[in-house]
Amino acid sequence: MTAGNGPWTGAGLAESVLAARDLSCIRGERAVFAGLSFALPEGAALVLTGANGAGKSTLLRILAGLLRPAEGAVLWRGEDTSADPAAHARRLRYLSHQDALKPALTVAENLSFFASLWGGAVAPALAAMALTPLADLPARVLSSGQKRRLALARLVLAPASLWLLDEPTTGLDAASVERLGPVLAAHRAAGGIVVAATHLPLPLPDARELRL
Amino acid sequence: MSGFLALVAREVRLALRHPADTLGAVLFFVLVAALFPFGVGPAPETLARLAPGALFAAALLAALLPLDRLFGADAEDGTLDQLLLSGLPRGGIAAAKALGHWITTGLPLLAATPVAAALLNLPVEAWGAALAALALATALLSLLGTVGAALTLGARRGSVLLPLLVLPLAIPAVIFGAAAIEAAASGLSPAPFLLLLGAGVSLAAPLAPLAAGAALASE
Repeated sequence: MTAGNGPWTGAGLAESVLAARDLSCIRGERAVFAGLSFALPEGAALVLTGANGAGKSTLLRILAGLLRPAEGAVLWRGEDTSADPAAHARRLRYLSHQDALKPALTVAENLSFFASLWGGAVAPALAAMALTPLADLPARVLSSGQKRRLALARLVLAPASLWLLDEPTTGLDAASVERLGPVLAAHRAAGGIVVAATHLPLPLPDARELRL
Repeated sequence: MSGFLALVAREVRLALRHPADTLGAVLFFVLVAALFPFGVGPAPETLARLAPGALFAAALLAALLPLDRLFGADAEDGTLDQLLLSGLPRGGIAAAKALGHWITTGLPLLAATPVAAALLNLPVEAWGAALAALALATALLSLLGTVGAALTLGARRGSVLLPLLVLPLAIPAVIFGAAAIEAAASGLSPAPFLLLLGAGVSLAAPLAPLAAGAALASE
């Protein structure tokens, strides 16, 4: 459990927005991680690294509120997020391993369903991930990289304070990874937090690294 | 509310793009109804005597068919995680799923009911009561089935477990539904039985989505 040096390492709990306090997780009688703590201020990025099975995806699910930690708590501005999971859910976007797309719906329809849940406009989100020419194709015919881009386009739909990204660049070509850079930078510039699990380098300057 | 409607609209749109599930349930319903004349012989009185119960058993079994994919498909492709984080209450997600199931399975079964009723030699004057009773019974099954689908989500052999959980709960619907049809066939008013079925639906409509939502939460 080593934390790399970020430019804000001195940030105290007081100015932190997202904080993990003594998180531990047990999966099938085996402790995946224990006593995990970190604190992130506005605009921060945290990259989770570690071997397969180290608990990166599990930690993201705990931060999203989809899993309950065995011990510890996830705090948002000092308040336990498990006290009001619905409010926590509304402030975050979670990109899992799966792209959560319906093959039978078109690219635009897949996105407009989430736009009707969260608000936001479909066209700019498609443009941000260079998917506009594919808008009317069924998601079934997309390549795996294009599907990933469509899942990433969901992030751009409507602003949310916390992005939890599980291997966001899997299957993406170099140009698409580059396109993700300004999207992540704009989110952080607006005060948003990014927590990403990855094996590949991400366009996240000054990101802190947490090795699980 | 707009999220709820968006989810229902998405269920309907997906069913229209993949009509195989709906068509499969409807054909299953008609085929099971068609098996009875072969089994009991073509004597019209025997068949008409069996018709109400056979119609109900066939319709409820057919409505069960698409239930194990109700949450399963969304859980496999990651959509369920997104729905749980959508800000919609879990009970609302379950209610939208139940309504979606009724629109995409219950309504098509109602449309096929005249065909099945004719195959079973049900007297024409009882068809109205049969439609009303089946409309209520399939709605009840959609609600109970949503609870079963949420409970068996992720369980091994969930598709076997699901009917075992749901069908016993549907027994009152079969009793009152068949009684309504029999009453109409013999010239009596089916209203008391339909009202009892309606009471079952009104009881399940608020409670079943809450139970299903709680089952999703503990997944």
